[in-house]
Amino acid sequence: MSISIDEVRHVARLARLELNEAEIFSLQGELNALLGHFADIQSIDSSGIEPKSHAVAVQNVWSEDVVGPTLPREKALRNSALSRAGLFVVPQIIED
Amino acid sequence: MLTSLTAVEIARRLAKREVSAPEVAQAFLDRIAAHDSTYGAFLAIDPDRVRADAQSAQAKIDAGQAGPLTGIPIAIKDNISTEGLETTCASKILKGYIPPFNATVVDLVHQAGGVVMGKTNLDEFAMGASTETSAYKITRNPWDTTRAPGGSSGGSAAAVCAELAPLAIGSDTGGSIRQPAALCGIVGFKPSYGRCSRYGLVAFGSSLDQIGPLAHTVEDAALLTEAITGYDRMDSTSLNLPPVSSKELKSGSLKGLKLALPKELFSDAIHPGVRNAVQRSIEILTKEGVEFGEVSIPSIAYGVTTYYIIAPAEASSNLARFDGVRFGPRAEGKGHIGVVERSRAEGFGHEVKSRIMIGTYALSAGYYDAFYLRAQQVRTMMQQEFEAIYQSFDGVLSATSPIPAFKIGEMDSDPLAMKLLDYCTIPANLGGMPGISLNCGFSDGLPVGLQLLSAPLTDERLLQMAYSVEQVLPDATRRAPVP
Repeated sequence: MSISIDEVRHVARLARLELNEAEIFSLQGELNALLGHFADIQSIDSSGIEPKSHAVAVQNVWSEDVVGPTLPREKALRNSALSRAGLFVVPQIIED
Repeated sequence: MLTSLTAVEIARRLAKREVSAPEVAQAFLDRIAAHDSTYGAFLAIDPDRVRADAQSAQAKIDAGQAGPLTGIPIAIKDNISTEGLETTCASKILKGYIPPFNATVVDLVHQAGGVVMGKTNLDEFAMGASTETSAYKITRNPWDTTRAPGGSSGGSAAAVCAELAPLAIGSDTGGSIRQPAALCGIVGFKPSYGRCSRYGLVAFGSSLDQIGPLAHTVEDAALLTEAITGYDRMDSTSLNLPPVSSKELKSGSLKGLKLALPKELFSDAIHPGVRNAVQRSIEILTKEGVEFGEVSIPSIAYGVTTYYIIAPAEASSNLARFDGVRFGPRAEGKGHIGVVERSRAEGFGHEVKSRIMIGTYALSAGYYDAFYLRAQQVRTMMQQEFEAIYQSFDGVLSATSPIPAFKIGEMDSDPLAMKLLDYCTIPANLGGMPGISLNCGFSDGLPVGLQLLSAPLTDERLLQMAYSVEQVLPDATRRAPVP
């Protein structure tokens, strides 16, 4: 299994990463080296084996639906490069 | 010298009033000022905060409320949130980020009277095994400053090794506490998954990440572990269990202890010097009454692949939050998506981009079954195989890293080669097991780490075993030749 330049561009779009041409080529090489290594698990017979997403058996944890102390708005905004009137400022998303 | 003492010894002197907490803190501040330009262990230090922490510690001591960590300086890896103190994950994308809250472990350190010494260097977002992917600085191994300290908690390991702090906190996703501990000849412990709250640890691989201590001795590590573990409602994966107790630490015995030696961890890939040191330790332990059994855990052979699918997959999702909007520098770009794409392009380093790419690919339509699902199945197989081993053995012994500390820059040309070296440490993360590394000897003057693993949630037992092992290995607590 190997990854083409077009696939690298596609995955970069999915990952919201702007890559320059040099990066695209070097990442293609690195990803293909890793994918070559990943071939080892393709040959394992894993039929009937339950996939595990976790290291320990945990069940969903519910918490009481009560209002507790939360981060004050000005503290939450303090690290933003751009905020105004108590809100994060972002470029326009919906066209006029 | 005060700064060469273990945490236990410093606490003893504090209790006897031979020294005060502010004096201890100042001694370490002075030592950092004099020597950290050589080692590069710290990214940020706020001496005023250190002194303030030390004052409150002294007040606790004066009030007769001191615990084992009261007045002890503790260095914190820079992917752990410290309120009011810059936390960058060694990434440009978090340059200038001042957390508005403390990680639970930082609150616990304060409650115990510990002195937060500063933030230590790491591989960017903890992705690496040499601390070389840090966007800010190179950290050097105190045993040989032309070599890497390992990683990703390389700053924490170098800080303890160079006696810039008696204790440090790191995080371990695939070996990031144990491997740098091994390469720096100190103790590094990863608790079982769920025993130490991850709240405030900047997430990398959420099902694998675990916070733990780096120390000069097993006892120091056990005391810090006890202080930072326990149930936390702020982390939904935190297990409702008491802190890892150090009460029975010294009451173990090596006689009759059964340790498994998986042949997959004793492959030809191991450096001869590492093999010799581990072999000599096995001989010493055998004389002390430890019974060894050779076993096979076939899934270990697939550990690296499994890890390098699961960890980047989780990382690609976790790192989606870095978009330049709520924190970190924001780049100029066309429209909202342009801003996000450009901010991430400028903020992330190459290794992080590479892992986000592989994770996104492994999770994308058409590849999910072949990679992510398959890796999750191998994870189950590995857990079952280890479970079977723990039916007949108390623990598993191996080298921590198949090679000793390597030269800075040595691995640059082949990123895959460094990843392949993680195979001894990865199983503990995939299986949620506790794992510890301690020094067992030397290879051409460089430390060699011995790793012990045990069944999930047997942290107390593993620390007890490691303590007993440490007492009979002659090089276990040998210090680096630091000024």
